[in-house]
This record gives sequence, structure tokens and C-alpha cells, in this order.
Amino acid sequence: MPILSLIIWLTILGGLLTLFVGDQRCRMLALVISIIAFVFSLTLYFGFDNTTAQMQFVEHAAWLPSFGINYSLGVDGISAPLIILTTFINIVVVISAWEVIQDKPAMYLASFLIMTGFMVGVFAATDSILFYIFFEATLLPMFLIIGIWGGPRRVYATIKFFLYTFFGSVFMLVALIYMGSKTDSFAIQALHDLPLGSTAQTVIFFAFFIAFAVKIPMWPVHTWLPDAHVEAPTAGSAVLAAIMLKMGGYGFMRFSLPVVPDASAQLSWLVILFSLIAVVYIGFVALAQSDMKKLIAYSSISHMGFVTLGMFVIFGIMANSTEGAADGHVVMALEGAMVQMISHGFISAAMFLCVGVLYDRMHSRQIADYGGVVNTMPLFAAFMVFFAMANAGLPGTSGFVGEFMVILATFKANFWYAFLAASTLILGAAYTLWMVKRVVFGDVANENVAALTDINRREKYMLGLLAAMVLFFGLWPQPMVDMMHATIENLVQHVTTSKL
Amino acid sequence: MDNLGLAAPEMFLLCAICLILVGDLFVTEARKPLAYGLSQIALLVTLILTWWISPETGAVTAFGGSFIMDQMAAVCKSWILVVSMGVFLYSRDFVNSHKITNGEYYTLALSGVLGMMIMVSSSTMLTLYLGLELLSLSLYAMVALKRTDERSAEAAMKYFVLGALASGALLYGISMIYGATGSLHFDEIAIALSASGEGSTAAMFGLAFLVVGIAFKFGAAPFHMWVPDVYEGAPTSVALYISAAPKIAAFALAIRFLVDGLETAHNSWQGMLIVLSVLSIVIGNVVALAQVSIKRMLAYSTISHVGFILLGLLSGSEQGYSAAMFYAITYSFTSLGAFGVILAMDRMGVSVNLLTDLRGLFRRSPTYACVMGILLVSMTGVPPTVGFYAKLAVLSAAVKADLTWLALIAVIFSVVGAFYYLRVIKYMFFDEPVEPQPVLAAMDVHVGLAINGAAILFFGLFPGLIMAACAAAFGL
Repeated sequence: MPILSLIIWLTILGGLLTLFVGDQRCRMLALVISIIAFVFSLTLYFGFDNTTAQMQFVEHAAWLPSFGINYSLGVDGISAPLIILTTFINIVVVISAWEVIQDKPAMYLASFLIMTGFMVGVFAATDSILFYIFFEATLLPMFLIIGIWGGPRRVYATIKFFLYTFFGSVFMLVALIYMGSKTDSFAIQALHDLPLGSTAQTVIFFAFFIAFAVKIPMWPVHTWLPDAHVEAPTAGSAVLAAIMLKMGGYGFMRFSLPVVPDASAQLSWLVILFSLIAVVYIGFVALAQSDMKKLIAYSSISHMGFVTLGMFVIFGIMANSTEGAADGHVVMALEGAMVQMISHGFISAAMFLCVGVLYDRMHSRQIADYGGVVNTMPLFAAFMVFFAMANAGLPGTSGFVGEFMVILATFKANFWYAFLAASTLILGAAYTLWMVKRVVFGDVANENVAALTDINRREKYMLGLLAAMVLFFGLWPQPMVDMMHATIENLVQHVTTSKL
Repeated sequence: MDNLGLAAPEMFLLCAICLILVGDLFVTEARKPLAYGLSQIALLVTLILTWWISPETGAVTAFGGSFIMDQMAAVCKSWILVVSMGVFLYSRDFVNSHKITNGEYYTLALSGVLGMMIMVSSSTMLTLYLGLELLSLSLYAMVALKRTDERSAEAAMKYFVLGALASGALLYGISMIYGATGSLHFDEIAIALSASGEGSTAAMFGLAFLVVGIAFKFGAAPFHMWVPDVYEGAPTSVALYISAAPKIAAFALAIRFLVDGLETAHNSWQGMLIVLSVLSIVIGNVVALAQVSIKRMLAYSTISHVGFILLGLLSGSEQGYSAAMFYAITYSFTSLGAFGVILAMDRMGVSVNLLTDLRGLFRRSPTYACVMGILLVSMTGVPPTVGFYAKLAVLSAAVKADLTWLALIAVIFSVVGAFYYLRVIKYMFFDEPVEPQPVLAAMDVHVGLAINGAAILFFGLFPGLIMAACAAAFGL
């Protein structure tokens, strides 16, 4: 059964269908479609062979034979978990929009479903042009979501979002075309095997780097993210943080590292530098925020710093270790980056949804407008504190696992790198818990807070689902790590094989 | 006796034009709109005839070798006819409500189509020039159709003077080439040039003038000055006409001259086209940013798209030519839809001149807003619309020709271009409407626009269908 195509086209065509059934019945339909898509994606987990790094669930059809572009899909250990994450978040998003969105709900839900299809396509594509097509296509639904249902400065934010990411990715397109013209094939596997000279590698590295650094986003090209997050509707922020940023991280792993390994090794210092700046400097920036969404947005950038650090610190580990690439820390760093991406998907979505719950009641995101929420919303407060702890990397939550793996591996490369990275354990705790303290705890700040009602059944399900995942992967990350282990080892093979 | 049947579509169209022109004189005022129906039928029959007589493979010539029918001609003609049918459909109500005389409008438009078909099918420079002038003269007259409107008259005057100058340059170039090679036939010119290596100074001198003429007809910078003024001054339905099918014809013009005739001089004209292409992409995209009139914005956007078509041409490979052809066809189809929406909005007596007039279209008429949105996204070159594949094809041709730097310039400025397209989407989707009443267009226009938008998406999923035809036209 072509399970990947089924997921992609079920959500895209289902999204179109949602558009046509009208505003009354769209919610139920969207929920049913997203649950079916999630169930389909679970078969990726249960049918997954952990022992091989080969692509699985492969589909292949000639599409544009004159260009050598194929419709070919497949998953391996790094894409399968991201696909499951995508379909899972989609369910949460549909629930979150249930009665909150009153203006054109059918179109709203349709945008999210279609976007989910595209995002699954990004992770499933094994042809580089197909990857690019999905990568770019996700921009449009998000552009409309922010632009139509966003906050007061939505137009500025959404155009900035679109232009930033579009600018980044066009360079990748030229790089892909260039490599495709050398091999007459756009299959990602063919790009992995393509020999490239040193100059070509450097140029291609930067082409990919611009595309993915903007997407993930890295300091100093991160400025679109706080704007987009603040103006996007709650569900838009959740998807943006949970999935869209991961497309950048996925791109680094799928393209930058294996396609241009020598340039990646040479320029890893640059990525590590930017990553550490993201972790430390952006951590301080987050501390200074007065808007809850902005604070979480900066915290996302800071957490993504860990992802890129884990990916590029491997060259330092290999250089310092007596065992070279065989050192277990190399694999650990990459797995840590992956775990961090998945875990951040759950936690950041949950944090944005928590802010959304408050915003729906008070129509304010300013920390100063809140205080003592625990007194009127005890259940909600429990959830929010739990997610805040996870965001700060408390052991027992999934947020701890990835960060810990990356920091541990980084020590092998350079003590000071690890020292700076570890500062997030303090900074992350400081900005997240300080926000929680000001919003949730203390005395009831004003009569608006006093009039708050606790979360309803829908919101309980929504946050409960996410809390369960955060806890599950915090206590038992093994299934996730097992799934990606063979693929990561294969990736290390590619990275250590010089193309010169 | 040559195979006259090869020109059957053109002959039929000519007869139809005469018939409509004369018939129009004898019908009462109330029956004048009959011309519309007859013109559509004429185009349809011409289209069927074109398919009928197209050779399966290879090329067939007639009229002593001055008329050629090959794969490229068949594809170009088909699209010219299909696009023109769309143009007539979208213009009909505008022509009626703005009191443009029916008979003149349709007969001039049809003779323009005839001119384009002759251009596409010519295999001597003389035939080509003949077709080009038939098209140009029809266009000059069409721009001036609303002769009481001073903007329209001014635009026509400008267009005519500059167009005549360009035709002169083209003719001068033709005579130079004739002098250097002793023939008007493209295949004989090609043989004569390849015998003399790079070609004589006179031939190269002629080539420069040819390129000027071609660039003018394309509207490529720096010969683009007429484009915005004509788009703005001409009645909107005429601007639609100019923006759509003639781009395909201009492409054929360039192929016939530069590839069929002067391919051996590829190194010489490649440099000229690079300059034209870069200037068009840069000037088109940057100046479009500053426009407040929607027609002027579309004019500058056309200029930038012409830069992309030239980018495919100048790479000098069969792949590049077919990419440029694909680009020209998809662009004319996209531009058709964009002007179609503007025309549909115009009918309600609400004049659409400024970009801000599109405000809140999504709240007024979601279908039109979505169609326009799809078209603009396609012009930006974002997948999954057909515009992306057009850019992809052209860029990969350029990269294969070792012109990666040119591809980089093109993509950087297409990001600049994305901004003004997004701004229109912003007006349509994110802003509140100035006036709430919905756009009401006739049912067939409605259906036509919906098909137009859907086709952009459909060919975005299956671009191979048109691409294969374009590749076959150049024997790939």
C-alpha cells in the first residue's frame, strides 16, 4: 500500500473537501481526516525496520522524465519520526481551532490540512526537486493563515516570513539544479554519491546554509520568527514552531552533511559559532521579553541552536577523539539533535497552545496583564507549569533528553563549547520559570484574572495529549532513538567519506 | 504546384475575417454582438484545421519554401488560438459596455492572430516580416480603438512611432543579412553562414539590428519603454490581447531568426541576449515595485518574464529553446487569467486602475480572489503552480550552459518580484473591501476564469503534458 502517498494526498484532498462542506460540518470532517492520517502514519512506526538505513515504504513513479525528476517517496530513521510528529500535531491543531476560530473556519482548517500534506511531503520526498516543491509549497498556506487570521501587524509579519524563507530557498534551488545537471538525476541518493570539488562544495554549502539557516532559524537570520509567531493565530504558531522549523534541521541532515561533507567539516566552526550565539545571546533576549509569545519564540530559536550545534559539533568530536568517527559521541550528538527536534515539536506546540488558551480568555499576551492565574484556573496552571518545566529541560520530560545528549557529546569536542551550551540549563529555566511565576503564581492581579474560567473538556484533551507525549518520551526515549540509530550511523559514514 | 493545403488554417481565417468585416456592415445595431460568436467559431475551426494538417513529425514546406509547418509551429499556433479564444471571451463584456465597436475590434484582433500564425510558420525573412507587420498594424489600431480617450490615442501614437522604428531596424537587419548571404530563406542563410565560419561583418551588423527588432517586439529592456504606456493607455481588453498571445509569437520570431537562420552565430547573439535578459529581469522587477497602477505593474512584470524567456533562448541548446517555449506558453496563459479577472471586475462600472481597487476582493468574491491569487503565485514561481516549472526549466537550461551566475541573478530578482505579487495578494485577501458588493460576471466568463485558475494548478501537478509537447517541438 502506498502509505506515504496516502497520507500526503488524504490530507491535501481532505483539506479541499473541507473547504467545500461549509463552515458547519468542517470541524468534524477535519478532525476525522487528521485522525485517519495519524493512524496511517503510525503504520510507519509499526512497520518500520530498525536494522536498516535503507529507505522504506518506497514509492516511485516517473514524473518529469525529460528533466530526470521523479515522484519518489520513502522514509528512513530521521524522516519517519518527523512525519509521525507532523500528523500528531495536526490533530492537536484541529482540536485547538474548534470554537476559537469563527471567521471562515472551513478555510482555516483546510489550510492546515493542506499544509500538513505538504509538510509530510517534505520529509518523505527522496527526489530533491520534489523536496523543494513541497518545501516551498508549505509557505503559501502559512502565508494565508498568518495574513488572514493573524494579529494587528499580520501583514508585515506574513510578508516578512514569506520573503525571508523564499529568499533563502532560491539559492538551494540553483544548487540543486547545478548538481542535477552534473548527474542527470535529482534523486537525493545520487546527490549523496556525487563527487564535488572543494570550491563547488563551499558554494553549495552556503546555498544550503542560507536556505536552512533561515528556516530553522539561526542567529542572525532569525528575525522573521518572533514577528511571525506573535502575529500568527495560536495554531499557526504551534505548527510553525513544532514542524516548520524542523524542516530546516531536517534539511541540514538530509542535504548539507552528506552532500557536502568536506565543506561542512571546514565550515563547522561557523555553524557552531552561530549556534552558541543562539543558545546564549537569544537566551538573554528571551529573558527580556514582555510578550509571552515572543518569549516562547526566542526560546525556540535558542533550542534550535542545540539542534545545529549537535549536527556540526560532530566534526570536532571526530578530530579530538582517538577513535575518530567510531566514537559513540558522534552518533550521540546527531541523535541528540534529532531527539531535541521531536521533543521541541511537542513542547513548543504545547507552550503556544497554553498562551492561546489564555489569549482566548483575556485577549492579551502581555505578561504584565496576568498574575495569579492558578487561583482561577488550577488545572490549566498545572499543565502550564509542567510544559514550562519541560521547556526548561527538567529531567523526566522529553526536553531534557535531547539537550543532555548534545551537551554530553559536545564535551568531547571542546570544553568551552559545552560550557556555553550548558548555560541554557540556567537561562532556559530562568526565562521560562520567571514567566510562569509572573503569569501563574502570586495573588490574583486584577478583576480580569479573577473572572477567568478553567479549561474546558476540549482544551483538556488538547493539552493532555501533548503532556502525555512529553512525559512518555522523557521517561522512555528508547523507541525513538532505536528507530533512528541505523540511519544516523549510515549518515556518519557518509559524512566521514571525503568527496574530494 | 505546392501543397497549398498546408496554409489552410490561415486561408480559412482570412476568409472568415473578410466575412465578419463585411457582414458587420449589413447587420442592425442590435445584432452587432454577432461578431463575437462568429469570431469564436472562426478561431475554433482554425484550431481544428491546424491540428488536422499538422505533420506527425518533421517539417513540410509550401509556397516555394517560404511557408513551413513543423512541430514548433503546430504547438505555437495551437496555443495562440486557444489563448486568443480566452482573450475574446474575457473581452466580450468589456467591449460591449465600453462602447467599443464590435466589428472593428474582432476583425482587427483576428487579423492580428492571422499575423501571428504567419510569423510562426514563416521560413523566409520576408514572410516573417509580413506576418509581423500584420500583427503590429492590427495592434496599433486596436490600441487607438477608443479614439476619444486621449490616453488611448497617446499610447497608440507612441506605440506606432516606436514600433515603426523597430520595424525599420528589423528590415535593415534583414537587408544586411540578405546582402551577406544572398538568400532570404532561413535554411539557406544557415548554410551560407556555416560555410563562412563565424559569418561576415555585414552579417553580424545585420544580426545586431535583428536583435534590436526582436527585443522591441518582445518588450525586453532597454527597448521596453512602450510597454507600460501602452498597457496603461490601451483599453483593458486590448492590453489583455497584447500581453497574451503575442508573447508566443515573439518567441517564434526569435527562434526563426536566431535559431533557424543564425544558429552558427550563436556566440555573437548570446552576449546580446544576456544583456537584454539581465536588464529585463532587473528593471522589470525593480520598477514594478514602485507601481500603483495595476496595469503598469503587470506591464513591468511582463518585462521581467520576457527576461526569463530570453534566458532560455540564450542558453543555445534544444533544451533551452523548449524551456523558453514552455515559459512563453505558460506565461501567456497566466497573463490571460490575470487580465481576465481585472476585466471581470471592471464590468460592474467599478473601474479597476489602481492596485488598491483590488482591496478585499476575497470578501467580495472568493472565487475571483482565489483565481487571481493562484495566477500571481504562478507568476512568482512558487510551486505547486505551473510558473515554478517554467522557471525551473529555464534555470536548468541556463545552468547547463554554464551560466550559473545568470541563474543566480534571475532567482535573486524573482525574490524581489515576489514582493509586488504578494502585495496584490495582501490587498485581495487581508484587507477589508472598500465596497461590499460582489463581482458579477457572466456565467461563461466565470467558468472560463475558474478553468484558467484550475489549469495553472493542474499543470503545476502534471507539467509534463505541456513540457513533452515543447520538447517534441525541438526534437528532444
